[in-house]
Amino acid sequence: MKVALLPEGLRSRLQQRVEEASGQNVLACYQCGKCSAGCPVAGVMDLLPNQVIRLVQLGLVEEALTSQTIWYCAACLTCAARCPKGVDLPRVMEALRELAMERSGDHLPPDRLPAEALAEWPQQAVIGGFRKYTW
Amino acid sequence: MQNMEALPYFPGCTLKQRAAGLDRSARDVFSALGSPLAELPGWNCCGATFPLTVENLLDLTGPARILASARAEGTRLAVACAACYNVLRRTNHLLRTDADKREKVCLFIESEYDGDLEVVHLLELLHREIGYGHVRQALRRPLEGLRVAAYYGCLLLRPAVEVGFDDPEDPVLLDQLLAAAGAAPVSYPHRGECCGGYLAVRSEEAALEASKRVLTAVSAAGADVVVTSCPLCQYNLDRRQGIIARQEAGFRPVPVLYFTQLLGLALGADGEGYRLDEHYVDPRPLLRERGLADV
Ligand code: SF4
Ligand code: SF4
Repeated sequence: MKVALLPEGLRSRLQQRVEEASGQNVLACYQCGKCSAGCPVAGVMDLLPNQVIRLVQLGLVEEALTSQTIWYCAACLTCAARCPKGVDLPRVMEALRELAMERSGDHLPPDRLPAEALAEWPQQAVIGGFRKYTW
Repeated sequence: MQNMEALPYFPGCTLKQRAAGLDRSARDVFSALGSPLAELPGWNCCGATFPLTVENLLDLTGPARILASARAEGTRLAVACAACYNVLRRTNHLLRTDADKREKVCLFIESEYDGDLEVVHLLELLHREIGYGHVRQALRRPLEGLRVAAYYGCLLLRPAVEVGFDDPEDPVLLDQLLAAAGAAPVSYPHRGECCGGYLAVRSEEAALEASKRVLTAVSAAGADVVVTSCPLCQYNLDRRQGIIARQEAGFRPVPVLYFTQLLGLALGADGEGYRLDEHYVDPRPLLRERGLADV
């Protein structure tokens, strides 16, 4: 007998949007924690990367959207390279960032960046920052 | 291999500004080895990061335009910056393998492009085409036992299927090049892990968390110098050493150079335009002591 744990009709619309935007099947994740073990910024995150994906699995996308972790993810792809289930977690993080900014606008408005820092940062940091933190 | 034709070359925005020393030294290295770099005419910004949501085609148009215009110049495009390399390689892979997206992006940029350009990093060219033997022969000031920590970071290595540069968990290309130039590469962990990337734009704390991990390992391994190919890695690893030194009693600062700066000097360049005075941990005392530069 085939058991469907989450029939299509029960899945939340937000959860589907995260899956569509990221191109990832979040249910493939079996919560081994390897992503979090190797994440270089896990130490400052409020939720570990595997906890973010768990929230999305459970349909608790709202909680994932208010987490600081989605903004701390550096898209370094270490977790994606190591995930035994082939989940591309940084794509899920990007989908969540997009959803969050769609609702509340730029996460880091360009006019809030300090002038001294703009003179100091490599140009690619500024452009990369705009790509990740503005809508 | 000597006197090859000039190589079409994409410098990118950062190499025209904060990382002008990478641009200048890359040109020195390839001229000294007989394959001068020829800047692609009319290039634009690559966008600095590859878009990770599947329908974000707009952020592919910048890199796609670069690829299409480079294809008009030849069959290969040489790139020095690890970030530009990553974005251009991934975009090229996508345009090559996804006909539907290719069609849409090409319509938008009003250019024909098949994905048949080869995007190559300078390290790949040195390895595969110029050859380490030729590098060795051309040395004027061998690096003689200089203890270098070859730092790869993320962008040269991942995703391995798309960038296809080296083994993402155990990369060797940069170590081999530096060894060919006479240096003694040191072994240390986290060489292929994140320096903090663009995180400093939002959170200095997060950026420090990432760069500290790498720097603590480098410093403990007894390296004389860290070597990278990415302006963002150079910045993150160089900039935070003062902060770490104030936090950790045993931390010994280590200068951070572009591999082309070190190689350029080893090949006899005078360091003009390398902007060594703009580095946070001053590399000049070490370079003078080793007879690599009079700067
Ligand atoms: S490594 Fe993959 S399978 Fe394991 S917890 Fe992370 S996302 Fe899930
Ligand atoms: S991509 Fe993001 S979540 Fe994954 S290891 Fe890197 S910083 Fe952590």
